[in-house]
Amino acid sequence: MEIKVHGSNDFIQEISSMPGGEKINLCIQCGTCSASCPNANKMDYTPRALIAMARAGMRDEVLSSNSMWLCLSCYMCTVRCPRGIVPTYIMHALENLAMRHHATSPKTRTPTLYKVFSNTVYNVGHIPRFGCMGRFYLRVNPFGALKNIPVALSLFKHGRMPINMRRKLKPEALSQFKAILDKATMLEEHPK
Amino acid sequence: MKYYSYFPGCCMYEDSQAYDLSARAVSKLLDIELIELEDWNCCGSTPYTVVDELSAFCCCARNLALAEKRGLDLVAACSDCYLILSRTNQHFKEYPEVKKKLSESLAAGGLEYNGTIKVRHILDVFANDVSSEDIKATVKVDLGSLKVAPYYGCQAVRPTPNFDDPEYPESMDRMVVSIGAQVVPYPLKTRCCGGSLILSEQDVALGLIYKLLDNAISNGADCIVTVCPFCHLNLDAYQSVVNKKYKTNFNIPILFFTQLMGMAFGIESKALGLRENIVPIGKTLARYITQQ
Repeated sequence: MEIKVHGSNDFIQEISSMPGGEKINLCIQCGTCSASCPNANKMDYTPRALIAMARAGMRDEVLSSNSMWLCLSCYMCTVRCPRGIVPTYIMHALENLAMRHHATSPKTRTPTLYKVFSNTVYNVGHIPRFGCMGRFYLRVNPFGALKNIPVALSLFKHGRMPINMRRKLKPEALSQFKAILDKATMLEEHPK
Repeated sequence: MKYYSYFPGCCMYEDSQAYDLSARAVSKLLDIELIELEDWNCCGSTPYTVVDELSAFCCCARNLALAEKRGLDLVAACSDCYLILSRTNQHFKEYPEVKKKLSESLAAGGLEYNGTIKVRHILDVFANDVSSEDIKATVKVDLGSLKVAPYYGCQAVRPTPNFDDPEYPESMDRMVVSIGAQVVPYPLKTRCCGGSLILSEQDVALGLIYKLLDNAISNGADCIVTVCPFCHLNLDAYQSVVNKKYKTNFNIPILFFTQLMGMAFGIESKALGLRENIVPIGKTLARYITQQ
């Protein structure tokens, strides 16, 4: 049984066109995803409600919510969904759309963290923890960094936060990596 | 001797060298050779998939293409790397559109991928490619009275149950029994540790870590063993922060499962990277540790 959407709903089309998002219309609103989610109680809208809202075309409300940014990608909802939907992928699709349309919720710092992370991956092909954490805290909350100094010190003391990168990609490997990612970006921006 | 391509992942060069060291040390004794993939790059992890899905898949596709040249199964020790490499593989096979874009992007770097590589988790390799008899025969130190809580976290067994049950996995439980320790059953063994939200939504993550620690300890665990660098970091490095926030006195050592295997095999502490563990492992575990 597939629930028919009446009239046009561009939003649902957009979600369905992303890998993993195509099953959103199979949802029967049983709420198993919300009941399985460790963070549902901290979300503006639970996963079940979010799917209902997306299907109702409530694009702005959905994309500006904090819900998908609290998804831990733990996939508990996914293994339990009786309809074989992958709610985790729907959350990822919503995060992608919110990011693309600059509609992220001001209530969460997670999008900034993810951006810092992915920029670092693109630039060096590797994640140096020290540099990544430092850049994130400088961007969102320099004073919040103070609170975490004891943790940073204990990591440092135990050799778990090297200040210099212990591994660097060879220049030719890094340029190959970037060539692949640049091509991907081009394909996304100018689909044939 | 069994041979595998090995994808360490960034954490092994950053905060979790102990996992890498102990995994290599243990594998030598079990006649397993982990051949590190040359010139590998970051898997992109969950954050990159969220920012730009195709680019994230490309990060993994390059690694898979490099692995295909050698043709061996690609073993990841980090659960996040394991998940995202497997997911790329799966999407590559299931979505012709994704396959087309990935192939075009790889070609821009002079690479190609045909989808022939199998991605494995290192727990799967140690638990299923080595017989429990071989493991028992390697044990040198009697862990008899040690009560161990095996913590699987999320991404080693979900979403695709490739080698174990997604909610009640038992492969690590069997491993703990094979090396001679006792398993502590506790309900939260596959509940999430908070992952990377420890940086961006610290209070939320601390709440999840608190529940896990409390659950394992109240069921009588002496130590918790993990299969993922992120789980290890959250439970170990943030245990003191949890204590402060929830006014608790948790002091439970957190080990990588390969460190515990190494201890049972009599591998000396330096080769298992035991100095990296932040919650002191001395009190509970000292008598099982082999010093050089």
